[in-house]
Amino acid sequence: MSADLLPEHPDFLWRNPEPKSSYDAVIVGGGGHGLATAYFLAKNHGMTNIAVLEKGWLAGGNMARNTTIIRSNYLWDESAAIYEHALKLWEILPEELEYDFLFSQRGVMNLAHTLGDVRESMRRVGANKLNGVDAEWLDPKQVKELCPILNINDNIRYPVMGATYQPRAGIAKHDHVAWAFARKCDEMGVDIIQNCEVTGFVKDGNRVVGVKTNRGTINTEKVGLAAAGHSSVLAEMAGFRLPIQSHPLQALVSELHEPVHPTVVMSNHVHVYVSQAHKGELVMGAGVDSYNGYGQRGSFHVIEHQMAAAVELFPIFARAHVLRTWGGIVDTTLDASPIVGNTPVENMFVNCGWGTGGFKATPAAGMTFAHNIATGTPHRLNKPFALERFETGALIDEHGAAAVAH
Amino acid sequence: MLLISCPNCGSRDETEFHYGGQAHVPYPENPNELNDRQWAEFLFYRDNTKGAFAERWLHSTGCRQWFNMLRDTVTYEIQAVYPMGSPRPEAAGKVTAETGTASLAPDSTTTGTAAPSTTGTSISGTSNTPASTTAPEGATK
Repeated sequence: MSADLLPEHPDFLWRNPEPKSSYDAVIVGGGGHGLATAYFLAKNHGMTNIAVLEKGWLAGGNMARNTTIIRSNYLWDESAAIYEHALKLWEILPEELEYDFLFSQRGVMNLAHTLGDVRESMRRVGANKLNGVDAEWLDPKQVKELCPILNINDNIRYPVMGATYQPRAGIAKHDHVAWAFARKCDEMGVDIIQNCEVTGFVKDGNRVVGVKTNRGTINTEKVGLAAAGHSSVLAEMAGFRLPIQSHPLQALVSELHEPVHPTVVMSNHVHVYVSQAHKGELVMGAGVDSYNGYGQRGSFHVIEHQMAAAVELFPIFARAHVLRTWGGIVDTTLDASPIVGNTPVENMFVNCGWGTGGFKATPAAGMTFAHNIATGTPHRLNKPFALERFETGALIDEHGAAAVAH
Repeated sequence: MLLISCPNCGSRDETEFHYGGQAHVPYPENPNELNDRQWAEFLFYRDNTKGAFAERWLHSTGCRQWFNMLRDTVTYEIQAVYPMGSPRPEAAGKVTAETGTASLAPDSTTTGTAAPSTTGTSISGTSNTPASTTAPEGATK
């Protein structure tokens, strides 16, 4: 094919501006959360003289590496509130952003494999219903009806004893979500600055007044940190600590297949979650690697463990091939809940600690974080997720409940 | 998969070990005197170092003994293995499985030759550790 037969290059969705010398606010991190924050700062709070700084390329970190699962079936009131708000935003965002990022509400199933699982799951269904989150309990036969390729025989190591099901949950095209936010941000005048790494902060006493970058110093009145796995590194530059540990989290895809998997299946007990992407790849994720790591890669035995679980649950996967594996750096907290709010540094705010499950929260994280940055005080939805909870003891313990695998 | 040199058992696969997080975090000497902020520090705050990190490991399916390890959290290179209770080594080096003590000698298993003494230099500046291990992210992508 000769070059003149190739289609025209599509229009760029955002500019690549040079950083200005000052902004009203600077968001550090051009992933989903950073872009969503900038979007809501501009849209809800009229702050358009702002910049998003990204050290690499836009949405090339965890936004490009997650397994795109969106759900809100968390146990505790605080979590259900913020994740359910996110889900409601996901439902209207394609229209609002004028971009179809293929949000597919195909449902998410969380399997139960032990009596303990069953009890916890039923408890969570009850809690979800009280919080207005759609949830139901499925027995193994109903599980099989919804996802025929699942093995529900009781002669396997971890038999399927039932599942919780959230019909409104699903998946979306993560890259397109980022592009949709970026385009709207750009239209409203937000500067998205890629290849701009933060190297330090300028402070006046305990107040942040600027951001040092590899492309010069930028003066700003407010700084929002949305850097996921690198949040601790930024906090250290700013002179405070975060109760965060960064771990590798791996995922993988198979080659393309005919549609075989109609929903999303997660198993916390055997550590695997599986969906089939729109194009046809089987997309699978696992638990985190145990050690701290910033290397965006993990150990292969984690993949092996995850595949063993997947093949037992889905026997037909034995004929599929692993096409590609990768890792991201996730920022975990000890209560498996995020940290969104003020920091010990004046005018500096932090959105981090989403660990293995940040993608699903993108719109709500952006909306609440924007509110917090613009007004200086938390939105009611992110108030419980303040850094202070580690001192007051008001933890939001989603371990086990929302599960290791988000 | 990390290949970890247990001080008692020698080199074994990572799957035999259990990770114990940051090393050298002692229980507070006078717990009753701590305020909430200090308790929070002890309970929930740990270093999250990008670069050389001192951490605890347990050889759970081997000798079942705890030990400390100095590992780079970007390259995952293991720089030293040393016993519980010993201070963090000043310079990068690898343990000899026979003695179970920290060695300041450079890693002879990869270089095959003795390297110059690294005494008095920081971990990231030692001659047998590439400078890039603590370089900004751009160098590791």
